[in-house]
This record gives sequence, C-alpha cells and structure tokens, in this order.
Amino acid sequence: MLDDFLVRATLAGVGVALAAAPLGCFVVWRRMAYFGDAIAHAAMLGVALSLTLSTSIFAGVLTISLLMAVTVSTLSGRGYAMDTLLGVMAHAALAVGLVSVSFLSGVRIDLMAYLFGDILAVGKTDLMIIWGGATLVLIMVGWRWSALLLSTLNPDLALASGISPRREQLVLTIALAIVVAVAIKVVGVLLIAAMLIIPAATARKFSQTPEAMALMSALIGASGSVAGLSFSYHFDSPTGPTIVCVVAFMFVALNTVHSVVRRTDNPRKSDQNLA
Amino acid sequence: MLIQACNLSVRAGKTQVLSNIDFKVNRGEIVTVIGPNGAGKSTLLKALVGSLPPSEGRIICDPGLSIGYVPQRLYIDETLPMTVRRFIQLPNRAKLADIRATMANAGVPGLLDQQLMSLSGGQLQRVLLARAILDKPDLLLLDEPTQGLDRPGTADFYRQLDRIRQQLNCAIIMVSHDLQVVMGQSDRVICLNGHICCQGKPEAVSNSEEYRALFGFEEDEGTLALYSHRGHNHGPRPVPELSHAG
Repeated sequence: MLDDFLVRATLAGVGVALAAAPLGCFVVWRRMAYFGDAIAHAAMLGVALSLTLSTSIFAGVLTISLLMAVTVSTLSGRGYAMDTLLGVMAHAALAVGLVSVSFLSGVRIDLMAYLFGDILAVGKTDLMIIWGGATLVLIMVGWRWSALLLSTLNPDLALASGISPRREQLVLTIALAIVVAVAIKVVGVLLIAAMLIIPAATARKFSQTPEAMALMSALIGASGSVAGLSFSYHFDSPTGPTIVCVVAFMFVALNTVHSVVRRTDNPRKSDQNLA
Repeated sequence: MLIQACNLSVRAGKTQVLSNIDFKVNRGEIVTVIGPNGAGKSTLLKALVGSLPPSEGRIICDPGLSIGYVPQRLYIDETLPMTVRRFIQLPNRAKLADIRATMANAGVPGLLDQQLMSLSGGQLQRVLLARAILDKPDLLLLDEPTQGLDRPGTADFYRQLDRIRQQLNCAIIMVSHDLQVVMGQSDRVICLNGHICCQGKPEAVSNSEEYRALFGFEEDEGTLALYSHRGHNHGPRPVPELSHAG
C-alpha cells in the first residue's frame, strides 16, 4: 500500500495537518502568526546547512528551527519588540540560506521543492519522520495542554497555579520548530504558516471550547490536504499551494455560511420572542 | 503564618515601585491593601503571585501553599473560544457537583455554558472568584474584586467573601478602593504608598495621621463611621499593634 506515491503523499499531508492543528490554534490565540512564519523562513538556512554538510534535510532544518525558536524566546522582552526581532532574524536567516545554497557547486538544487514542498516525492523514511514528529508534537501539546491554555489566557493566573509561562512558551516553540521541520517536505518553507493558521482560523467561529477548536482545525486541515492532493493530481497543479488554496477556500466558504446562517437565524429568534 | 514579605522591594524597569515591605498573613485573616492610584497595590499582589521578582528582600511561603488569584482585569482574546465551564477547570479538572456548588458559592449559578467573552464585568469578576476558590486554596489574592459592582453588589460580595473564608479557612489578601466597606470587613488594613505607611486594625489605621494624610480626610469628617458594625465575631483574630513605617 505504501508503495503507491499517492498513498504516501496522503498520509504525509494528513500527518502534518494533525500536528499543525493544535499548534495552529495556539499560534492564533497568542497572536504569534509571524513567529511560525519566521521559524519557517529560517528553515531555509537549515536546508542550505544540511546540503553543505550532506546530512539529512530534516536534521538541518530541525536544528536551525530549534535554534531560532529558543533564541527568539530568550531575547524577547529585552529591549527589542518581538516582531522587529523576528523580522531581523527570519529574513537574515532566509537570505543567508539562499546565498549559501547558490554557492554550493556541483549540486543542482530544486529550490522550488523547498520553498513550496514536494509532497509527491515523500518516501517511506520521510513518512516515518513526519508521523514520528507529528506524534511527538501531539504528545507534547497533549501533556501540557491545560498549562499551555492557562498561560495563553493569562500568565499571572498560570503563575498563581504554579505553572511557569516561560517554560510553557518554550514547549510550544519547540513543538512549532518540530512541525516546521517535518512539514517542509509537504508544503514547503513559504506555506507552512498557512497550514498552521488557516485551519485554526476557520474552526474559530464553529467552536465553543479550545478543545473543539483544535479538533475541528485538525479535521479541516486533514480534509483540506486530501482534497488538495486530489485536485493537484487531476489538474496537475503544484501540490503544496493547491492544499493551501483548498483550506483558504474552506475558510471563506465556512465563514460565509456561518454569517448567512446567523443572519437568517436571528430574525426567527426575535419572532419567537415576540410570540 | 501562611505568607510573609521580608523587606520586599520591587522595581518595574528603573522605577522603584515598592520598597521595604514587611508584613505577614496568617490563616483565616482578611487583610486589605488600600492606597492611592500608583501606590503599588497590584504590584504587591503580583509579587506575591510570583509574576514580578523582588529586587530586594524576599517572600516566604508556607511549603505547599496553594494560591487562588483574581486579577484586576482579565483580557480575553476574541480568537480563544472559552466557556465558563472550561475556564474554571483550568488547570485542574473538577467534579460537576463541586463546580456547581462553587459557582453558587460565588454567586453565579447557571452561567456554566456561557462564553467568557459574553459575560458582564460583574459576572466575570465572580467567575474569576469561582475559579480561584474551586481548588480550595490556602490563600486568596483579590485585586480590586468589586470594581464594576454597584453598592449593594459590593456589600453582597464582601458577605460572600466572609462565608468563603469561613468555609475554606483560608487567608484573603485583597486590594480595594471601597474604604468604608473595607474598614468594616477586614481584620487588618495595610495602607500602601510605595512603602507601608501604616498597618494594623481598621480602627487604628483609620485614626492614624498617615491614613488621613494619604486620603485627605479632615478631622472629624465621620466618613468612616461604618466600621464598627460587626454582626458576629470571626474567631481568633491576631491583631498586631499599629506599626508605623517609612
């Protein structure tokens, strides 16, 4: 079954979507959309590094992403605004990465594959890494769930309950770095942030609790990956961007449905009140 | 002794917000912190919670001290869906019966399935209180819990606090602006303005020169006549002598 490249691609897409869903919710709740972006940009340096040292792309990207995550977490709140710091580090890392890739002689690199992903080329080893990383991230987030939620809601409330918001932030950024590293093959450096944010943003209006929002964004992300893959197969479009197009379409469609339903619901409710 | 501040000083950036704070709080006491705007009242509570590190001195806690904290305001990001039911169980899950009892105790039964964002200011304050007492803390820290409540609501709130204190046998440290009610309901008052101006029994504090200077009361104004209306006794109350500092 795993010999079929489409099956492997589907499993890879679903794995990334499941891990990205709960993290994406935290990215949305904590308003750190730019953070995901920054780690992803820095990942390009990781790609260059691993090509230079002939190590696995995954290891290089993971190292740089973790480094970036920890550095930003440590430096934030020391005289620089978070977004300034991220802007400097992310784009500097991306630029250094692109320049170093250009100096690599003798290696022909398909830069597009790293920028936009190459999900159809996912091998069995990639699949193992993706699902291993996704499982690890889900275990981390599940284990720290309540502490993370409370730290997100209000750091002082967390401290009063004996939870360290700094430690929770570190757990979250490490988990983000892992997701970026495993997702690079699927959607690429430039579109990872979309897979984090769009499913979570779509799920928001339909959720009453944080848990419901995380589950629903997992559902949206996973179905978007499957649908995007099949569109891209039929229309021969680039897969990563097609997946992002599908989830973006779901965002627009579901939000429209939501506001239409509410608008038609409300007059009926007021009619009942009058009766 | 539950918690003690020893020569505590706290800085925010380069500004010295609190200096040389000394006090201790015993189980079962209600201690109220009063003072003008910018006196460092919230800062003091945040230091006790552990969110602002002391620049000098230290805070000594009973080992295993559990704290329930009600912040001055809770900003809820609209991107985060959160029912009252879920919120008050952060970080620890609780039995439904306990939750219902606690909500009733805090004066907000029947809000469980509402979104946190949809609550009024007064409802949110009470939900925050419910969350703080759900885990039966040893120490309750309340930062202006009665803001947004009207006068009857405030009086009602203090009666509830008194009941909670008796049920849980916890200590309560609270910041308040309701001078009149404070004087009637506290075991001790700490008068703060960057440093402790004076502390002691409400009667002693309200008669002290420091207090009158701080709040601008003229002699014989009689604004504080309410404090002596105590309906019942709250058991043993350690009453330190009025101490002057600063």
